[in-house]
Amino acid sequence: MEERIFCKGGGCTAKLGAGALSRVLSKLPKKADPNLLVGFDSNDDGAVYQINEGQAIVSTLDFFPPLVEDPYLFGAIAAANALSDIYAMGGRVLSALNIVCFPESMDLNILGQILQGGNDKVLEAGGTLAGGHSIADADIKYGLSVTGLVDPRRIYRNTGCREGDALILTKKLGVGIILTARRIGEASEEAVKEAVDSMLTLNKSAAEILEDYSVHACTDVTGFGFLVHLREMLDGRFSAVIESGQVPVFDVCKAYAEEFYLTAAAQKNRNFIGEKVQFEGVDFSMEEILFDPQTSGGLLISVPADEAAEIVERMHKAGLPAQVVGFVTEKQDKDIIVR
Amino acid sequence: MKHFLDARGLSCPLPVVNTKNEIVNMKPGEIVEVLVDNEIAVQNLTKFAKVRSHGVLSEKIAENHYQVVITVGETKGEEGAVEDAAEKLTEEVFDPEECVPCRNKKTAVVLSSNQMGNGAEELGKALMKAFIFALTKQDRLPDVVLLYNSGAFLSCEGSDSLEDLKALEAAGVQISTCGTCLNFYGLTEKLGVGSVTNMYDIVETMYGADQIIRP
Repeated sequence: MEERIFCKGGGCTAKLGAGALSRVLSKLPKKADPNLLVGFDSNDDGAVYQINEGQAIVSTLDFFPPLVEDPYLFGAIAAANALSDIYAMGGRVLSALNIVCFPESMDLNILGQILQGGNDKVLEAGGTLAGGHSIADADIKYGLSVTGLVDPRRIYRNTGCREGDALILTKKLGVGIILTARRIGEASEEAVKEAVDSMLTLNKSAAEILEDYSVHACTDVTGFGFLVHLREMLDGRFSAVIESGQVPVFDVCKAYAEEFYLTAAAQKNRNFIGEKVQFEGVDFSMEEILFDPQTSGGLLISVPADEAAEIVERMHKAGLPAQVVGFVTEKQDKDIIVR
Repeated sequence: MKHFLDARGLSCPLPVVNTKNEIVNMKPGEIVEVLVDNEIAVQNLTKFAKVRSHGVLSEKIAENHYQVVITVGETKGEEGAVEDAAEKLTEEVFDPEECVPCRNKKTAVVLSSNQMGNGAEELGKALMKAFIFALTKQDRLPDVVLLYNSGAFLSCEGSDSLEDLKALEAAGVQISTCGTCLNFYGLTEKLGVGSVTNMYDIVETMYGADQIIRP
Protein backbone atom coordinates (compact mmCIF):
# COMPACT_ATOMS: atom_id res chain seq x y z
CA MET A 1 0.00 0.00 0.00
CA GLU A 2 1.25 3.43 -0.85
CA GLU A 3 1.81 5.61 2.20
CA ARG A 4 0.70 9.23 2.00
CA ILE A 5 1.48 12.13 4.24
CA PHE A 6 -0.64 15.17 4.80
CA CYS A 7 0.77 18.29 3.20
CA LYS A 8 -0.22 21.91 3.46
CA GLY A 9 1.75 24.76 1.93
CA GLY A 10 5.14 23.14 2.37
CA GLY A 11 8.59 23.63 0.92
CA CYS A 12 10.15 27.03 0.78
CA THR A 13 6.77 28.79 0.82
CA ALA A 14 6.71 28.01 4.56
CA LYS A 15 9.58 30.42 5.35
CA LEU A 16 9.26 33.29 7.81
CA GLY A 17 9.35 36.70 6.16
CA ALA A 18 12.78 38.27 5.74
CA GLY A 19 11.73 41.47 7.47
CA ALA A 20 10.32 39.80 10.59
CA LEU A 21 13.39 37.63 10.92
CA SER A 22 15.99 40.33 10.62
CA ARG A 23 14.28 42.36 13.34
CA VAL A 24 14.85 39.48 15.75
CA LEU A 25 18.38 38.77 14.56
CA SER A 26 19.45 42.38 14.86
CA LYS A 27 18.80 42.22 18.62
CA LEU A 28 21.35 39.45 19.19
CA PRO A 29 24.80 40.42 20.42
CA LYS A 30 27.50 39.62 17.86
CA LYS A 31 30.98 38.34 18.46
CA ALA A 32 33.54 39.43 15.91
CA ASP A 33 35.65 36.46 14.77
CA PRO A 34 37.99 37.11 11.85
CA ASN A 35 37.79 33.45 10.83
CA LEU A 36 34.04 33.72 10.27
CA LEU A 37 34.26 34.74 6.61
CA VAL A 38 30.50 34.68 5.94
CA GLY A 39 27.98 35.02 8.76
CA PHE A 40 24.75 36.71 9.80
CA ASP A 41 25.76 40.07 8.35
CA SER A 42 25.25 38.97 4.79
CA ASN A 43 22.21 37.29 3.32
CA ASP A 44 24.38 34.50 1.96
CA ASP A 45 23.36 30.88 1.55
CA GLY A 46 25.54 29.39 4.28
CA ALA A 47 28.04 30.35 6.97
CA VAL A 48 31.73 29.98 6.15
CA TYR A 49 34.44 29.51 8.82
CA GLN A 50 38.08 29.45 7.81
CA ILE A 51 40.19 26.75 9.47
CA ASN A 52 43.45 27.22 7.60
CA GLU A 53 44.81 29.01 4.54
CA GLY A 54 43.29 26.65 2.01
CA GLN A 55 40.23 25.30 3.80
CA ALA A 56 37.02 26.68 5.23
CA ILE A 57 33.95 24.93 6.63
CA VAL A 58 30.55 25.77 5.10
CA SER A 59 27.60 25.18 7.43
CA THR A 60 23.97 25.36 6.45
CA LEU A 61 20.61 24.12 7.71
CA ASP A 62 17.24 23.83 6.06
CA PHE A 63 14.01 22.03 6.90
CA PHE A 64 10.33 22.42 6.07
CA PRO A 65 6.89 20.75 6.06
CA PRO A 66 5.95 18.26 3.33
CA LEU A 67 5.29 19.69 -0.11
CA VAL A 68 4.57 16.36 -1.84
CA GLU A 69 2.57 13.44 -0.47
CA ASP A 70 5.09 10.68 -1.06
CA PRO A 71 7.32 10.44 2.06
CA TYR A 72 10.41 9.16 0.23
CA LEU A 73 10.22 11.97 -2.34
CA PHE A 74 9.61 14.56 0.38
CA GLY A 75 12.74 13.38 2.23
CA ALA A 76 14.82 13.45 -0.93
CA ILE A 77 13.59 16.92 -1.99
CA ALA A 78 14.13 18.38 1.50
CA ALA A 79 17.68 16.97 1.46
CA ALA A 80 18.45 18.22 -2.08
CA ASN A 81 17.20 21.64 -1.00
CA ALA A 82 19.40 21.70 2.12
CA LEU A 83 22.48 20.42 0.27
CA SER A 84 22.01 23.11 -2.38
CA ASP A 85 23.31 25.88 -0.11
CA ILE A 86 26.72 24.16 0.03
CA TYR A 87 26.87 24.16 -3.78
CA ALA A 88 25.70 27.76 -3.96
CA MET A 89 28.74 28.72 -1.84
CA GLY A 90 31.12 26.77 -4.10
CA GLY A 91 31.67 23.98 -1.57
CA ARG A 92 31.69 20.18 -1.46
CA VAL A 93 29.48 18.16 0.91
CA LEU A 94 31.20 16.35 3.78
CA SER A 95 28.49 15.23 6.20
CA ALA A 96 24.90 15.88 7.18
CA LEU A 97 22.64 15.54 10.24
CA ASN A 98 18.89 14.85 10.09
CA ILE A 99 16.42 17.33 11.57
CA VAL A 100 13.07 15.64 12.22
CA CYS A 101 9.71 16.68 13.64
CA PHE A 102 7.22 13.81 13.60
CA PRO A 103 3.86 13.10 15.30
CA GLU A 104 4.03 10.31 17.89
CA SER A 105 0.75 8.89 16.67
CA MET A 106 1.92 8.46 13.08
CA ASP A 107 3.23 5.30 11.43
CA LEU A 108 7.01 5.14 11.86
CA ASN A 109 7.36 3.53 8.44
CA ILE A 110 6.52 6.93 6.98
CA LEU A 111 9.40 8.46 8.92
CA GLY A 112 11.61 5.63 7.70
CA GLN A 113 10.80 6.49 4.11
CA ILE A 114 11.43 10.21 4.63
CA LEU A 115 14.85 9.44 6.14
CA GLN A 116 15.66 7.01 3.37
CA GLY A 117 14.93 9.69 0.77
CA GLY A 118 17.21 12.08 2.64
CA ASN A 119 19.97 9.51 3.05
CA ASP A 120 19.97 8.65 -0.65
CA LYS A 121 20.46 12.31 -1.57
CA VAL A 122 23.31 12.78 0.92
CA LEU A 123 25.05 9.71 -0.56
CA GLU A 124 24.50 11.05 -4.08
CA ALA A 125 26.12 14.29 -2.92
CA GLY A 126 29.19 12.31 -1.86
CA GLY A 127 28.54 12.97 1.84
CA THR A 128 27.78 10.85 4.88
CA LEU A 129 24.70 11.04 7.06
CA ALA A 130 26.23 11.22 10.51
CA GLY A 131 23.28 11.47 12.91
CA GLY A 132 20.46 13.80 13.76
CA HIS A 133 17.79 14.87 16.21
CA SER A 134 14.07 14.13 16.28
CA ILE A 135 11.22 15.78 18.16
CA ALA A 136 7.62 14.68 18.64
CA ASP A 137 5.51 17.40 17.07
CA ALA A 138 2.00 17.96 15.71
CA ASP A 139 3.18 18.24 12.10
CA ILE A 140 5.89 16.59 10.05
CA LYS A 141 8.98 18.62 9.24
CA TYR A 142 12.24 17.35 7.84
CA GLY A 143 15.55 18.67 6.64
CA LEU A 144 19.30 18.58 7.11
CA SER A 145 22.11 20.41 8.75
CA VAL A 146 24.96 20.09 6.27
CA THR A 147 28.71 20.58 6.66
CA GLY A 148 30.84 21.18 3.59
CA LEU A 149 34.33 22.27 2.66
CA VAL A 150 35.29 25.23 0.48
CA ASP A 151 38.50 26.88 -0.63
CA PRO A 152 38.35 30.29 1.09
CA ARG A 153 39.79 31.91 -2.06
CA ARG A 154 36.95 30.50 -4.13
CA ILE A 155 33.83 31.17 -2.10
CA TYR A 156 30.83 32.01 -4.30
CA ARG A 157 29.17 34.99 -2.67
CA ASN A 158 25.60 36.15 -3.33
CA THR A 159 26.92 39.49 -4.49
CA GLY A 160 29.92 40.51 -6.55
CA CYS A 161 28.64 40.60 -10.11
CA ARG A 162 30.27 43.00 -12.57
CA GLU A 163 28.95 45.11 -15.40
CA GLY A 164 28.68 43.07 -18.61
CA ASP A 165 28.42 39.72 -16.78
CA ALA A 166 26.10 37.08 -18.22
CA LEU A 167 23.49 35.64 -15.85
CA ILE A 168 22.93 31.88 -16.02
CA LEU A 169 20.00 30.00 -14.47
CA THR A 170 20.46 26.23 -14.19
CA LYS A 171 16.92 24.94 -13.50
CA LYS A 172 13.44 25.68 -14.81
CA LEU A 173 11.20 28.06 -12.84
CA GLY A 174 7.64 27.32 -11.78
CA VAL A 175 7.69 24.51 -9.19
CA GLY A 176 5.69 26.69 -6.76
CA ILE A 177 2.90 27.19 -9.28
CA ILE A 178 2.79 23.48 -10.17
CA LEU A 179 2.65 22.43 -6.50
CA THR A 180 -0.12 24.99 -5.87
CA ALA A 181 -2.12 23.60 -8.79
CA ARG A 182 -1.44 20.14 -7.38
CA ARG A 183 -2.74 21.11 -3.93
CA ILE A 184 -6.16 21.95 -5.35
CA GLY A 185 -6.20 18.94 -7.66
CA GLU A 186 -5.62 20.87 -10.90
CA ALA A 187 -2.11 19.76 -11.91
CA SER A 188 -1.41 17.08 -14.47
CA GLU A 189 0.66 14.09 -13.41
CA GLU A 190 3.31 14.88 -16.03
CA ALA A 191 3.67 18.42 -14.69
CA VAL A 192 4.09 17.20 -11.11
CA LYS A 193 6.61 14.59 -12.18
CA GLU A 194 8.64 17.17 -14.08
CA ALA A 195 8.64 19.52 -11.09
CA VAL A 196 9.56 16.73 -8.65
CA ASP A 197 12.40 15.53 -10.90
CA SER A 198 13.74 19.06 -11.02
CA MET A 199 13.57 19.44 -7.22
CA LEU A 200 15.34 16.09 -6.80
CA THR A 201 18.23 17.21 -9.02
CA LEU A 202 21.24 18.21 -6.93
CA ASN A 203 23.04 21.41 -7.87
CA LYS A 204 26.23 19.34 -7.58
CA SER A 205 27.03 18.93 -11.28
CA ALA A 206 26.30 22.62 -11.95
CA ALA A 207 28.65 23.64 -9.12
CA GLU A 208 31.39 21.27 -10.31
CA ILE A 209 31.28 22.68 -13.84
CA LEU A 210 31.59 26.19 -12.39
CA GLU A 211 34.90 25.28 -10.72
CA ASP A 212 36.62 25.80 -14.09
CA TYR A 213 35.30 29.35 -14.60
CA SER A 214 35.37 32.83 -13.03
CA VAL A 215 32.23 32.93 -10.90
CA HIS A 216 31.57 36.53 -9.79
CA ALA A 217 28.41 35.73 -7.81
CA CYS A 218 26.23 32.69 -7.22
CA THR A 219 23.09 31.86 -5.25
CA ASP A 220 20.38 29.23 -5.37
CA VAL A 221 16.89 30.38 -6.33
CA THR A 222 14.49 29.45 -3.51
CA GLY A 223 11.53 30.94 -1.65
CA PHE A 224 12.05 34.55 -2.68
CA GLY A 225 11.71 33.68 -6.37
CA PHE A 226 14.00 34.50 -9.29
CA LEU A 227 13.58 38.29 -9.28
CA VAL A 228 14.16 38.86 -5.55
CA HIS A 229 17.24 36.61 -5.53
CA LEU A 230 18.54 38.41 -8.63
CA ARG A 231 17.96 41.80 -7.06
CA GLU A 232 19.91 40.70 -3.99
CA MET A 233 22.76 39.68 -6.28
CA LEU A 234 22.80 43.11 -7.95
CA ASP A 235 23.37 44.59 -4.48
CA GLY A 236 22.04 48.06 -5.33
CA ARG A 237 25.19 48.62 -7.41
CA PHE A 238 24.08 47.22 -10.76
CA SER A 239 20.98 46.62 -12.81
CA ALA A 240 20.10 43.63 -14.97
CA VAL A 241 18.25 43.10 -18.23
CA ILE A 242 16.42 39.76 -18.38
CA GLU A 243 15.29 38.25 -21.68
CA SER A 244 12.09 36.51 -20.56
CA GLY A 245 12.09 34.31 -23.67
CA GLN A 246 15.42 32.80 -22.58
CA VAL A 247 14.35 31.93 -19.02
CA PRO A 248 13.87 28.16 -18.58
CA VAL A 249 10.32 27.47 -17.33
CA PHE A 250 8.04 24.45 -17.11
CA ASP A 251 5.78 24.73 -20.18
CA VAL A 252 2.55 24.08 -18.33
CA CYS A 253 3.21 26.85 -15.78
CA LYS A 254 1.94 29.63 -18.01
CA ALA A 255 -1.46 27.98 -18.29
CA TYR A 256 -1.59 27.39 -14.52
CA ALA A 257 -0.61 31.00 -13.80
CA GLU A 258 -3.40 32.21 -16.07
CA GLU A 259 -5.81 30.12 -13.99
CA PHE A 260 -4.44 31.93 -10.92
CA TYR A 261 -2.98 28.91 -9.16
CA LEU A 262 -0.71 31.35 -7.36
CA THR A 263 0.85 31.32 -3.91
CA ALA A 264 0.65 34.02 -1.29
CA ALA A 265 4.45 33.91 -1.20
CA ALA A 266 4.66 35.01 -4.86
CA GLN A 267 2.51 38.04 -4.09
CA LYS A 268 4.75 38.86 -1.11
CA ASN A 269 7.77 38.64 -3.41
CA ARG A 270 6.03 41.01 -5.83
CA ASN A 271 5.24 43.47 -3.06
CA PHE A 272 8.81 43.27 -1.77
CA ILE A 273 10.38 44.21 -5.09
CA GLY A 274 7.62 46.68 -6.04
CA GLU A 275 8.60 49.29 -8.57
CA LYS A 276 12.21 48.22 -8.79
CA VAL A 277 11.41 45.87 -11.67
CA GLN A 278 10.09 47.01 -15.03
CA PHE A 279 8.27 44.61 -17.34
CA GLU A 280 8.34 45.50 -21.03
CA GLY A 281 5.73 43.55 -22.98
CA VAL A 282 5.92 40.50 -20.72
CA ASP A 283 2.85 38.26 -20.26
CA PHE A 284 1.14 38.29 -16.89
CA SER A 285 1.86 34.57 -16.53
CA MET A 286 5.59 35.09 -17.10
CA GLU A 287 5.62 37.85 -14.47
CA GLU A 288 4.10 35.40 -12.00
CA ILE A 289 6.65 32.70 -12.86
CA LEU A 290 9.50 35.14 -12.22
CA PHE A 291 8.04 35.83 -8.73
CA ASP A 292 7.20 32.16 -8.05
CA PRO A 293 8.84 30.74 -4.89
CA GLN A 294 11.06 27.76 -5.74
CA THR A 295 11.96 24.79 -3.56
CA SER A 296 15.30 23.17 -4.37
CA GLY A 297 15.66 25.65 -7.23
CA GLY A 298 18.62 26.02 -9.58
CA LEU A 299 21.73 28.14 -9.28
CA LEU A 300 21.73 31.72 -10.52
CA ILE A 301 25.27 32.63 -11.54
CA SER A 302 26.99 35.82 -12.68
CA VAL A 303 30.00 35.10 -14.92
CA PRO A 304 32.07 36.98 -17.52
CA ALA A 305 30.03 37.05 -20.73
CA ASP A 306 32.75 35.32 -22.77
CA GLU A 307 32.68 32.26 -20.51
CA ALA A 308 28.88 31.86 -20.49
CA ALA A 309 28.35 29.92 -23.73
CA GLU A 310 30.85 27.22 -22.77
CA ILE A 311 29.38 26.86 -19.26
CA VAL A 312 25.86 26.49 -20.65
CA GLU A 313 27.06 23.97 -23.23
CA ARG A 314 28.72 21.83 -20.56
CA MET A 315 25.62 22.07 -18.36
CA HIS A 316 23.43 20.90 -21.26
CA LYS A 317 25.75 17.91 -21.68
CA ALA A 318 25.24 17.19 -17.96
CA GLY A 319 21.47 17.17 -18.58
CA LEU A 320 20.67 20.55 -17.03
CA PRO A 321 18.23 23.00 -18.71
CA ALA A 322 20.62 25.92 -18.05
CA GLN A 323 20.33 29.13 -20.07
CA VAL A 324 21.87 32.58 -20.24
CA VAL A 325 18.84 34.59 -19.08
CA GLY A 326 20.22 38.12 -19.17
CA PHE A 327 23.07 40.51 -18.48
CA VAL A 328 24.34 42.78 -15.75
CA THR A 329 24.38 46.46 -16.70
CA GLU A 330 25.44 49.65 -14.99
CA LYS A 331 23.01 50.89 -12.34
CA GLN A 332 19.84 52.26 -13.89
CA ASP A 333 16.67 53.75 -12.47
CA LYS A 334 15.08 50.28 -12.33
CA ASP A 335 17.03 47.43 -10.73
CA ILE A 336 15.71 44.85 -13.18
CA ILE A 337 14.26 45.24 -16.65
CA VAL A 338 12.45 42.18 -18.00
CA ARG A 339 11.65 42.22 -21.69
CA MET B 1 -28.23 39.27 -8.37
CA LYS B 2 -25.45 39.71 -5.86
CA HIS B 3 -23.22 36.72 -5.28
CA PHE B 4 -21.45 36.13 -2.02
CA LEU B 5 -18.36 34.11 -1.05
CA ASP B 6 -16.82 33.76 2.38
CA ALA B 7 -13.23 32.77 1.70
CA ARG B 8 -11.96 33.55 5.20
CA GLY B 9 -9.88 30.71 6.58
CA LEU B 10 -8.88 29.57 3.09
CA SER B 11 -5.28 29.87 2.00
CA CYS B 12 -4.09 31.07 -1.42
CA PRO B 13 -4.94 30.21 -4.16
CA LEU B 14 -8.42 29.11 -2.99
CA PRO B 15 -9.99 32.57 -2.52
CA VAL B 16 -9.13 33.43 -6.13
CA VAL B 17 -9.92 30.01 -7.56
CA ASN B 18 -13.33 29.90 -5.84
CA THR B 19 -14.11 33.44 -7.01
CA LYS B 20 -13.11 32.50 -10.55
CA ASN B 21 -15.43 29.48 -10.43
CA GLU B 22 -18.28 31.62 -9.09
CA ILE B 23 -17.88 34.11 -11.95
CA VAL B 24 -18.26 31.32 -14.52
CA ASN B 25 -21.99 31.28 -13.71
CA MET B 26 -22.43 35.05 -13.62
CA LYS B 27 -23.40 37.64 -16.22
CA PRO B 28 -21.51 40.85 -17.08
CA GLY B 29 -22.43 43.59 -14.64
CA GLU B 30 -23.26 41.22 -11.80
CA ILE B 31 -21.42 41.61 -8.52
CA VAL B 32 -19.67 39.08 -6.32
CA GLU B 33 -18.70 40.05 -2.80
CA VAL B 34 -15.77 38.06 -1.40
CA LEU B 35 -14.64 38.05 2.23
CA VAL B 36 -11.02 37.17 2.99
CA ASP B 37 -8.87 37.33 6.11
CA ASN B 38 -5.57 38.71 4.84
CA GLU B 39 -4.09 41.51 2.79
CA ILE B 40 -2.25 39.18 0.39
CA ALA B 41 -5.54 37.51 -0.57
CA VAL B 42 -6.99 40.98 -1.29
CA GLN B 43 -4.01 41.69 -3.53
CA ASN B 44 -4.32 38.38 -5.34
CA LEU B 45 -8.05 38.96 -5.92
CA THR B 46 -7.36 42.50 -7.15
CA LYS B 47 -4.69 41.17 -9.48
CA PHE B 48 -7.10 38.51 -10.77
CA ALA B 49 -9.87 41.07 -11.40
CA LYS B 50 -7.58 43.49 -13.25
CA VAL B 51 -6.05 40.80 -15.45
CA ARG B 52 -9.54 39.52 -16.31
CA SER B 53 -10.94 43.06 -16.88
CA HIS B 54 -13.43 42.93 -14.02
CA GLY B 55 -14.14 45.93 -11.82
CA VAL B 56 -12.76 45.66 -8.31
CA LEU B 57 -12.99 47.52 -5.02
CA SER B 58 -11.70 46.43 -1.65
CA GLU B 59 -12.07 47.56 1.91
CA LYS B 60 -10.67 46.52 5.28
CA ILE B 61 -13.67 45.98 7.53
CA ALA B 62 -11.87 44.83 10.67
CA GLU B 63 -8.73 43.04 11.75
CA ASN B 64 -8.42 39.86 9.60
CA HIS B 65 -11.60 40.78 7.74
CA TYR B 66 -11.51 42.29 4.26
CA GLN B 67 -14.24 42.71 1.67
CA VAL B 68 -13.48 42.58 -2.06
CA VAL B 69 -16.30 43.52 -4.43
CA ILE B 70 -15.88 42.37 -8.02
CA THR B 71 -18.13 43.53 -10.86
CA VAL B 72 -18.04 41.04 -13.70
CA GLY B 73 -16.66 42.67 -16.87
CA GLU B 74 -18.16 42.60 -20.38
CA THR B 75 -15.93 39.81 -21.63
CA LYS B 76 -16.30 37.81 -18.39
CA GLY B 77 -12.52 37.77 -18.46
CA GLU B 78 -12.32 35.33 -21.33
CA GLU B 79 -10.23 35.42 -24.47
CA GLY B 80 -7.96 38.35 -25.42
CA ALA B 81 -8.87 40.31 -22.31
CA VAL B 82 -5.99 38.77 -20.42
CA GLU B 83 -3.28 40.27 -22.56
CA ASP B 84 -4.82 43.72 -22.74
CA ALA B 85 -4.98 43.83 -19.01
CA ALA B 86 -1.43 42.77 -18.33
CA GLU B 87 -0.12 46.30 -18.74
CA LYS B 88 -2.84 47.78 -16.61
CA LEU B 89 -1.73 45.38 -13.93
CA THR B 90 1.79 46.65 -13.55
CA GLU B 91 0.60 50.25 -13.62
CA GLU B 92 -2.25 49.98 -11.18
CA VAL B 93 -2.32 46.97 -8.92
CA PHE B 94 1.11 47.42 -7.50
CA ASP B 95 0.82 51.02 -6.69
CA PRO B 96 1.88 50.63 -3.06
CA GLU B 97 -0.70 53.16 -1.89
CA GLU B 98 -3.49 51.03 -3.27
CA CYS B 99 -2.09 47.69 -2.22
CA VAL B 100 -0.74 48.26 1.22
CA PRO B 101 -3.05 50.67 2.99
CA CYS B 102 -0.85 50.76 6.08
CA ARG B 103 1.82 52.47 3.96
CA ASN B 104 -0.40 55.52 3.64
CA LYS B 105 0.75 56.47 7.09
CA LYS B 106 3.62 58.85 6.61
CA THR B 107 6.56 58.00 8.81
CA ALA B 108 9.49 60.30 9.45
CA VAL B 109 12.64 59.15 11.21
CA VAL B 110 14.41 62.04 12.92
CA LEU B 111 18.12 61.69 13.67
CA SER B 112 19.07 64.75 15.69
CA SER B 113 22.39 63.37 16.90
CA ASN B 114 25.10 61.00 15.71
CA GLN B 115 24.54 59.06 18.94
CA MET B 116 21.58 57.10 20.23
CA GLY B 117 20.56 57.80 23.81
CA ASN B 118 22.58 59.53 26.54
CA GLY B 119 25.69 57.87 27.91
CA ALA B 120 29.12 56.84 26.71
CA GLU B 121 29.90 58.33 23.30
CA GLU B 122 31.33 55.09 21.94
CA LEU B 123 28.19 53.19 22.88
CA GLY B 124 25.89 55.93 21.59
CA LYS B 125 27.58 55.85 18.19
CA ALA B 126 27.47 52.06 17.97
CA LEU B 127 23.79 52.08 18.89
CA MET B 128 23.00 54.65 16.22
CA LYS B 129 24.82 52.60 13.59
CA ALA B 130 22.85 49.50 14.62
CA PHE B 131 19.59 51.48 14.62
CA ILE B 132 20.09 52.68 11.04
CA PHE B 133 21.09 49.19 9.93
CA ALA B 134 17.97 47.70 11.57
CA LEU B 135 15.91 50.42 9.89
CA THR B 136 16.99 49.12 6.47
CA LYS B 137 15.61 45.69 7.39
CA GLN B 138 12.07 46.80 8.26
CA ASP B 139 9.17 45.52 6.17
CA ARG B 140 7.73 49.00 6.13
CA LEU B 141 10.37 51.63 5.48
CA PRO B 142 9.91 55.23 6.59
CA ASP B 143 9.01 57.88 4.00
CA VAL B 144 11.76 60.21 5.04
CA VAL B 145 14.86 60.34 7.26
CA LEU B 146 15.68 63.81 8.60
CA LEU B 147 19.19 64.49 9.86
CA TYR B 148 20.13 67.61 11.79
CA ASN B 149 22.64 68.92 14.31
CA SER B 150 25.32 66.21 14.83
CA GLY B 151 22.96 63.80 13.04
CA ALA B 152 24.34 65.45 9.90
CA PHE B 153 27.60 63.51 10.37
CA LEU B 154 25.69 60.29 9.65
CA SER B 155 24.93 61.16 6.03
CA CYS B 156 28.44 62.41 5.24
CA GLU B 157 31.60 60.75 3.98
CA GLY B 158 33.35 58.80 6.73
CA SER B 159 30.08 57.78 8.37
CA ASP B 160 29.67 54.12 9.26
CA SER B 161 26.00 54.39 8.29
CA LEU B 162 26.53 55.82 4.82
CA GLU B 163 25.92 52.50 3.02
CA ASP B 164 22.77 51.81 5.04
CA LEU B 165 21.40 55.28 4.28
CA LYS B 166 22.22 54.74 0.60
CA ALA B 167 20.31 51.46 0.72
CA LEU B 168 17.33 53.27 2.21
CA GLU B 169 17.52 55.91 -0.49
CA ALA B 170 17.69 53.20 -3.16
CA ALA B 171 14.55 51.71 -1.64
CA GLY B 172 12.73 55.02 -2.12
CA VAL B 173 13.27 56.66 1.28
CA GLN B 174 13.94 60.40 1.14
CA ILE B 175 17.15 61.28 3.01
CA SER B 176 17.30 64.96 3.96
CA THR B 177 20.12 66.64 5.86
CA CYS B 178 19.92 70.11 7.38
CA GLY B 179 21.99 72.54 5.30
CA THR B 180 22.70 74.91 8.18
CA CYS B 181 24.09 72.01 10.17
CA LEU B 182 26.32 70.82 7.30
CA ASN B 183 27.63 74.36 7.04
CA PHE B 184 28.24 74.71 10.77
CA TYR B 185 30.27 71.49 10.97
CA GLY B 186 32.10 72.19 7.70
CA LEU B 187 30.54 69.15 6.05
CA THR B 188 28.91 70.82 3.04
CA GLU B 189 31.29 69.21 0.55
CA LYS B 190 31.11 65.84 2.26
CA LEU B 191 27.39 64.99 2.02
CA GLY B 192 27.36 61.38 0.76
CA VAL B 193 23.68 60.59 0.39
CA GLY B 194 20.34 62.31 -0.16
CA SER B 195 19.68 66.02 -0.41
CA VAL B 196 20.10 69.20 1.61
CA THR B 197 17.06 70.57 3.37
CA ASN B 198 16.09 73.73 5.30
CA MET B 199 14.16 74.49 8.45
CA TYR B 200 10.98 75.27 6.55
CA ASP B 201 11.06 71.75 5.01
CA ILE B 202 11.97 70.13 8.31
CA VAL B 203 8.98 71.75 10.03
CA GLU B 204 6.67 70.84 7.17
CA THR B 205 7.89 67.22 7.07
CA MET B 206 7.47 66.76 10.81
CA TYR B 207 4.06 68.44 10.72
CA GLY B 208 2.90 66.26 7.85
CA ALA B 209 4.07 62.96 9.36
CA ASP B 210 1.61 60.60 11.05
CA GLN B 211 4.43 59.05 12.98
CA ILE B 212 7.80 60.41 14.04
CA ILE B 213 10.50 57.99 15.13
CA ARG B 214 13.28 59.45 17.26
CA PRO B 215 15.87 56.94 18.42
